[in-house]
Amino acid sequence: MDSQFLPIVQSCTEKFGAKASEFRGEVTLLIPAEKIVEACRTLRDDFAFDMLSVETAVDYYPQTEPRFHIVYILYSTITHSFLNLRAPVGGADPEIDTVETVWPSANWREREIWDLFGIRFKGHSDLRRIMMPPNWEGHPLRKDYPLGYEEVEFTFNYKEISLQKPRGQR
Amino acid sequence: MREIHEFTLDELRHLFSPRAQTGETMVLNMGPQHPSTHGVLRLIVELDGEIVVNCVPDIGYLHTGIEKNMESKTYQKAEVMTDRMDYLFTIGNNLAYSLALEKLTGLQPPPRADAVRVILTELSRIQSHLIWIGTSSLDLAAMSVFLYAFREREMILDIFELVSGQRMMTTYIRPGGLWRDVPAEFDGMVRKFLDYLPRRLDEYEALLTKNPLFLDRTRGIGKIDTATCLQWNVTGPVLRATGLAHDIRKSNPYSGIEQYDFNIPTETSGDIYARYKVRVAEMRESLKIIRQALDKMPYGPVRDNNRKYVPPPRSEIGVSMEALIHHFKLWTEGFTPPPGAVYTPVESPRGELGAFLESNGGPKPYRIHFRTPSIPLLQALPLMAKGHFVADLVGIIGSIDIVLGDTDR
Repeated sequence: MDSQFLPIVQSCTEKFGAKASEFRGEVTLLIPAEKIVEACRTLRDDFAFDMLSVETAVDYYPQTEPRFHIVYILYSTITHSFLNLRAPVGGADPEIDTVETVWPSANWREREIWDLFGIRFKGHSDLRRIMMPPNWEGHPLRKDYPLGYEEVEFTFNYKEISLQKPRGQR
Repeated sequence: MREIHEFTLDELRHLFSPRAQTGETMVLNMGPQHPSTHGVLRLIVELDGEIVVNCVPDIGYLHTGIEKNMESKTYQKAEVMTDRMDYLFTIGNNLAYSLALEKLTGLQPPPRADAVRVILTELSRIQSHLIWIGTSSLDLAAMSVFLYAFREREMILDIFELVSGQRMMTTYIRPGGLWRDVPAEFDGMVRKFLDYLPRRLDEYEALLTKNPLFLDRTRGIGKIDTATCLQWNVTGPVLRATGLAHDIRKSNPYSGIEQYDFNIPTETSGDIYARYKVRVAEMRESLKIIRQALDKMPYGPVRDNNRKYVPPPRSEIGVSMEALIHHFKLWTEGFTPPPGAVYTPVESPRGELGAFLESNGGPKPYRIHFRTPSIPLLQALPLMAKGHFVADLVGIIGSIDIVLGDTDR
């Protein structure tokens, strides 16, 4: 691990119970969901991570506890380094605190996560759908959301498919 | 067929000032089909007379589910989707994806591939800036620059067509290197363009830089400062126009771009005029990088030799059994990188373009997310537009250079 990350990892482990890991030179801290806002604020104020570069989510579907990981990638314009944070969120009623208070840019990112993953953000100022139409059902980027396609017609299933089509009475 | 949901003002109450409820200010819809929005962007604008009190961007009209689609394709096949995101920086999208995959698998593109990658992404940056200078000055009623800029852009698209057979959606940069080596005419064509463009840039500057009509429409308009940019994660020329020399090419270099000598142009005023100056200067810097990369371009292979990830050349398939097996396996089953998550940023003409890629050890990306520069830019648009005229709002949208394909993915 790069030496500049050592004090960050040490401080986050002590204060927030973070678990550090490293993959291909990228440091990732797994932080409990209830402490994420506090951790983000500490990292911004004490370690100069002044930009929230990415906020997104990953769905580990069949697994329920935790089903989701919220991924935050922080960037420091002073040390030019990236730091990954991950917060696990359960599958039953996915909810996590918003980091909008720390970085306002999280606003749309969290709207996108709510729209596409159905994870609610407590305290968010404007939690509406952003990509999908407002009356859309379901959350498309979840792994249990079907991809949706039209079955290819062959001679053996021609009638079957043909009947399902809107025009389908022949 | 779902019914179309129409927002009521009551639903958006928290976004507008209380004066909108009483009818003192007017809430007006702008877009999604409006020529000055550079794509399908809808703005809900609250106006006090002709002054913008607030504006609420409404995006998603170009949402094509690229991230979901890529999850169902093997790594090689998923790459063609990346071209369709930011349609003015297609080669850079390929690069961000390929770099992420290379970081995940440990592939090493050879030096020649790196040089070609740099040349093509910088050409792509110039191409994007040319479109920007054309369309944004068209918004400010300068018609002729638009026509000139598209003439120059044609030369770059011809170079892309020469190397990849496609003018825009090239898919030329592949994980592990390039699709194939550049043809012999490449060097001459790029050099011709390098000699041609500086004079043209002087022409544009003669048309715009000291034009009083242009100055009136751009100076002091759409201002933003560095601290706000960092809070709202605004990157690229908009951030550099506020005075912070932040560029991924310098701070986190990729594809050997650190070996070339170039500057990061900055301005301090943070208005539309500063963004214009920064972008024009950036085009000249890109020309410098391309010239150095052409002069230094080494000979050699353009792909990594790891056959477990990179398909063998066509010439080998006819004579080598193993090459045939590898080819068949790669194009049917795909390859399986180790499990893990990586993030790789590149500098797009609009800012930081990053690919977050998570693999679970299977042949398809488990999760891929693109951090696109247009989203934060558009999110910060209300901050820049408040207190200006509606006509200036159009100029501000032009100046931040959004691409809606990039925003909505």
